[in-house]
Amino acid sequence: VNGDKGQVEISPVQCYKTDGPSLWVDTTKEEAVQALRDITTMRRLEISADLMYKSQIIKGFCHLYDGQEAVALGMNLGSTKDDHIVTSYRDHCFQYIRGDSVKRILAELTGRSTGSTKGKGGSMHMYYPKNNFWGGNGIVGAQVPLGAGLALAAKYHANKGMARGEVSSKAVSFTLYGDGAANQGQVFEAMNMAYLWKLPCIFVIENNKYGMGTSTSKASSNEEFYRRYDPLPGIKVDGMDVFSVKQCCKFARDYCLSGKGPFVLEMNTYRYHGHSMSDPGLTYRSREEVSGIRKERDPIDRLKRIVTELGFMTDAEIKDLEKKVRAEVDEAVEFAKTSPEPELKELYTEVFAKEPLPYIRGTDGIYGHGVCEWARK
Amino acid sequence: KDMTVRDALNSAMDEEMARDPTVFVMGEEVGDYQGAYKVTRGLIQKYGPERVIDTPITEIGFTGMGVGASMGGLKPIVEFMTFNFSMQAIDHIINSAAKINYMSAGDIPCPIVFRGPNGPAAGVAAQHSQCFASWYGHCPGLKVVSPFDSEDARGLLKAAIRDPNPVVVLENELLYGSTFQLSDEAQSPDFVIPIGKAKIMRQGKDVTIVAFSRMVQMALEAAEKLAQEGISAEVINLRSIRPLDVKTIADSVVKTNRLVTVEDGWHMYGVGSEIAASIMESYAFDYLDAPMERVAGADVPMPYAKNLEDAAIPQADNIVSAARRACFRKS
Repeated sequence: VNGDKGQVEISPVQCYKTDGPSLWVDTTKEEAVQALRDITTMRRLEISADLMYKSQIIKGFCHLYDGQEAVALGMNLGSTKDDHIVTSYRDHCFQYIRGDSVKRILAELTGRSTGSTKGKGGSMHMYYPKNNFWGGNGIVGAQVPLGAGLALAAKYHANKGMARGEVSSKAVSFTLYGDGAANQGQVFEAMNMAYLWKLPCIFVIENNKYGMGTSTSKASSNEEFYRRYDPLPGIKVDGMDVFSVKQCCKFARDYCLSGKGPFVLEMNTYRYHGHSMSDPGLTYRSREEVSGIRKERDPIDRLKRIVTELGFMTDAEIKDLEKKVRAEVDEAVEFAKTSPEPELKELYTEVFAKEPLPYIRGTDGIYGHGVCEWARK
Repeated sequence: KDMTVRDALNSAMDEEMARDPTVFVMGEEVGDYQGAYKVTRGLIQKYGPERVIDTPITEIGFTGMGVGASMGGLKPIVEFMTFNFSMQAIDHIINSAAKINYMSAGDIPCPIVFRGPNGPAAGVAAQHSQCFASWYGHCPGLKVVSPFDSEDARGLLKAAIRDPNPVVVLENELLYGSTFQLSDEAQSPDFVIPIGKAKIMRQGKDVTIVAFSRMVQMALEAAEKLAQEGISAEVINLRSIRPLDVKTIADSVVKTNRLVTVEDGWHMYGVGSEIAASIMESYAFDYLDAPMERVAGADVPMPYAKNLEDAAIPQADNIVSAARRACFRKS
């Protein structure tokens, strides 16, 4: 520690076809305190969503991210806003960390006009393209080629055409998927092309041990995801440690920007909730397993320890911060509950970009939008 | 000037690539091989492998990457060697491309073109001979066009590339080599055909025949034969499957009072079915003097043997018979 600057030792990494990063990472008081605020907010966001779901204010699919927050947070610290990020349906915390507000996220979950996508997308379909966050995807594995395509675009833009070989890009694409999606054919297809075309794509597999309720050992012939995609280099990262994620994302990012092609990061992480709200999460794993990981590896406890050990915050200051975050999220919950529903005319907007259609049919042959020029009077 | 449909499509891509540096082509054999059906011939020589990208045979992967590149600010033209293989990628066309603008409340437009030969070909049997018009025409968020002649091919493909939305362009392999006359206007680099407008190919007063793609040719042949019997057929080339230009069809029915639809795809939930339902809901319903007739591909997977294949695909005589029935003539 040196005043407001400090160094943190990250967890050991396992490397494949790479030497990996230094295990010491620089940080500042500003960064660490903000990180603690963000991770506390993310946890509170998901806990609030859970409660709102149980009181039936939120409906449909809702996949919570508590337990895995360090991945989104560390990735954001290890990247710039020019870098692309695309993830699966477990997307609330990515939406937050890329710049959207808790208010808008919760209002999207309650289906209100003030939501991230005006109540049109819901839990799995949130985007923040302003800071290059591209969702949110409800189809397992489908975001992986999308992410590789974003990497293609990054390289194409940087080089005015998609230059081959060791030509640098200005941005990379962090393409996330889970251990369940890791067995999808299109994941391998995208990796193959990303390697052939040396795309600046970082394939980030969030291994939370279960694809819905199926363990990795039941679903994957090779559970060492970081070394599964020969010839792509990879690192297995402690995904419960913000600074491990940050350091490895930075390392992979530098590798990609040097024009060497794609990289794999396996995040060793864990989800506390079941797969979705309909899954209590206890038929395929034990209570002891969940509580053990909460006790031993919780990403927030770990970050708190780091922040206090570096002398950036006292226990009392952390308590105070938690209180403030809680009040902020509570206010957002109220906002999400009381915001108006979308106007009915919104049903017919944004089917296409730019040009609105002259008329769109509603459910019963009546044209909900516009006047159908040929309809029987 | 005469031009083949192949060259019309090629010139459309060439001009749009010259006009907009974010337009690029990707697909199987589009580059070094010069296109499986030579539609992209010469483009890699002109624009290089950076803008004419040969992909592995992995449809869902490269289609998804095309959609991702579109989200990232590019305008991909994704070629399917044939639309039969697009079924491997249909998730990305529908779930990724067609819905993203709506799901993102307009934050993420997706300008992309999916093109390639569609519909029955010759002697390639069940897996390589089918029409996808009703598959893609079903989905909001997509535009679907299907050119017939060289003018259509140029105007619709150029419109598709310039469109800020995902557009499916259903071409026809059997028409690639056909030559059609191009007007001066259609030769212009600025020539585009508005998506969603049908074209009346031949005026008539006794019966309306609606068709698209290669079936327009069949319909025109049928109209010739019908003329010899004293039946004046109006032939409409749909050009666009979605949006569907019901108004042009309805206005024609008001004039002719009779309607025959033609498609080489299957009849169930098909383009003809949609036209039938739309006419029922339109002001033209009261003008119908006979039940509408549908001519469509036989309700079987495509057989290989020549005689069976011919029987599975609508021929001019099938259209003639249907038109006669609609006009209450003996068939």
